[in-house]
Amino acid sequence: MLILLSVIYPLVVAGIAKLAPGGGAGETVTVNGKVVGYARIGQKFTEDRYFNSRPSAVDYNAAGSAGSNKGPSNPDYLKTVQARIDTFLVHNPGVQKTDIPAELVTASGSGLDPDLSPAAAKIQVRRIAKVRGITDDRLNQLIDEQTKGPLLGLFGPSTVNVLALNVALDALK
Amino acid sequence: MITQLIGFVLLFALAVGLAVPVGRYLSRVFSPEKSADPFDTFDGLLYRIGGIDPNVPMTWRQYAVALLSINGVWLVYGFVMLLTQTAIPIWNQGGVSQMDWTLALNTAISFLTSTNLQHYSGESGATYFTQLLVLTFLQFVAAATSLAVGVAVVRSLKQETSNSVGNFYQDFVRSITRVFLPLSLIGAVGLLYTGVPMTFSPYAAIKTLEGIEQTVATGPVAAMLPIKHLGSNGGGFMGANTAHPFENPSMVSYIIHLINVFLLPMAFVCFVGYFLNRRKLGTIVFTIMTGCWLALTIPIMQQELAGNKAISALGIDQSVAGAPAGNMEGKEARFGVAASAFYAGVNIVIPAGTLTSMHDSYTPLSGLFMLLGMQVDAFYGGVGSGFLYMFLYIILAIFIGSLMIGRTPELLGKKVGIVEIQIASFVIVVLPLLYMGATAIAAVIQNANPDIGWLSNGGPHGFTTMLYEYVSSAGGNGSGFEGLADNTPFWNLSTAVVMLGGRYIPLLAPLAIGGILLAKRYVPPTAGVLPTESWTFGLLLTAVIIIIGALCIFPAAALGPISEFLNQ
Repeated sequence: MLILLSVIYPLVVAGIAKLAPGGGAGETVTVNGKVVGYARIGQKFTEDRYFNSRPSAVDYNAAGSAGSNKGPSNPDYLKTVQARIDTFLVHNPGVQKTDIPAELVTASGSGLDPDLSPAAAKIQVRRIAKVRGITDDRLNQLIDEQTKGPLLGLFGPSTVNVLALNVALDALK
Repeated sequence: MITQLIGFVLLFALAVGLAVPVGRYLSRVFSPEKSADPFDTFDGLLYRIGGIDPNVPMTWRQYAVALLSINGVWLVYGFVMLLTQTAIPIWNQGGVSQMDWTLALNTAISFLTSTNLQHYSGESGATYFTQLLVLTFLQFVAAATSLAVGVAVVRSLKQETSNSVGNFYQDFVRSITRVFLPLSLIGAVGLLYTGVPMTFSPYAAIKTLEGIEQTVATGPVAAMLPIKHLGSNGGGFMGANTAHPFENPSMVSYIIHLINVFLLPMAFVCFVGYFLNRRKLGTIVFTIMTGCWLALTIPIMQQELAGNKAISALGIDQSVAGAPAGNMEGKEARFGVAASAFYAGVNIVIPAGTLTSMHDSYTPLSGLFMLLGMQVDAFYGGVGSGFLYMFLYIILAIFIGSLMIGRTPELLGKKVGIVEIQIASFVIVVLPLLYMGATAIAAVIQNANPDIGWLSNGGPHGFTTMLYEYVSSAGGNGSGFEGLADNTPFWNLSTAVVMLGGRYIPLLAPLAIGGILLAKRYVPPTAGVLPTESWTFGLLLTAVIIIIGALCIFPAAALGPISEFLNQ
């Protein structure tokens, strides 16, 4: 029974995995022949020239994974959120506090969230446009191209994969 | 929002649509009639290896002894393997830390009891070898154990008079080969195509676009996930459980997980209806379960979508257009708030207890509904075990109802005696005592040593964290408010005791009641009994569950989530 459940069954699944996308090892993203990341695993993006990813409780260290596990009224937690708001406003002058999507100042459950909502990407457009000398319209169009709608139009929110968006951003010239 | 709502209704309809035929299938699997199934030859091989005769009838006592002894063997096996995992070179990705004996014991018991409370973190605390040969294995056998007992109890509600509730080994083996293994295989293949990894290679290191070194944990993930959900287990491969993008890469994998969680607990209720040929009873129980589940899930979703008041106070609008609205702390962008809260609502009533979002960061009142759902544990509940809880409530409701109208207590043509009622009441009382007592002890220790470093949140939220840990352990749920430094000897050992009690007491008590009822003579129903198969009785049953089950937890909840809500 042990052999059936713990050896044969996993090996069968591993065998089928060879046929699946990524060969069961997780899909990777390659730029100029170099692997720059896993499609599903979020990366830390804090530089002004890239679309920044969400805050992470594990600092995007994918050898582990965790949320902040801070209670909603924890004073330390609220201080952290306040600091994130301040940092964001410094890096993105002209943005109103009330326009910042909540996900940009809150940490994800896994700490490896690979996505942003379209609104969270678009609010960073002005900053990136200035740094890179690209028009706002071009960047907004790029975000729209990279946005995935809800599954079948019914399930879940619209998302943009941050790594894919930034790779596409680097390819713009 | 409307389209999202349609999505949830469709998901539920899909789950019910699959559960009904699976329920019918279960009824065929566990019927005594010999079928020329291709499975029979395969099962025969397993029986021969184990030297077991699957056709020996067992009394409920023999059934319980068989179950407990084999569970004991698995416990020792799991404990020893976990303790020595770093010394085993096969399927060892390296860099995994040694478990101390309290953690190894806690983990073995946790997976054996289908609780899957995890005081270690998957990526750094377990090798591929133990993930598959200990944890996944225990997930299979624990699920099969509770399904077998569930089947035995339902079998004992048949009209005939007999001493035998069936054969444990036969029920167990059939659960594995005909239910869990085939369904897991289907689930695993589906997950592979959504991007869940299944590899034995060590963790890969890459350089990100910004030039930062990133080590990415992978592993044979896809094999573990289906049984984790199908068996109401809940122990994830990764520390962040189903929130991790490798466990749950997209909305497609989300739907596969959700259906797997729903499927067998729902199908089991259909099975009861088909197997006993009492469709109406099945329908009534199913309706109660669904109603109560919705009554818990809808407020959680509403609370989370409304957002965190403290964040609003900082000047952040939690409903910016184009972004998921609500409390996003601990939630993933690809699921948003609504789907995360829906998933949480399902996983607190069904003790898979997997997380697509971190429950510790939910708003205070959500925490209250979570405690309620886990405490009752019978709104669908676990595979087999959920119906067993419902069965205990049914016995109590029959007793109370019959007292009220002055009739003889009777269930489906069998007289319900004093002993049966005593057993049922004992379970309903002893479980809250177990987790409340443990919480009280922990609270006293925490109070005497405020610097002990257990809690990352103080005040009422901290109290809720401890209460949640024990309620989750007793109910076999295994999810946690993770803001608890739980890998200490105190937490490892105390939750281990609560998990053992919370598993075997409500598993064996219904078996005993069933065995006693089965031995009694069948009396066709007369006008002098309270009819169990009626909507009136359903209403009474709901009232009993709410009054007895839910109110048990209110005094403690007043100190935790309610107080936190009022103070914010």
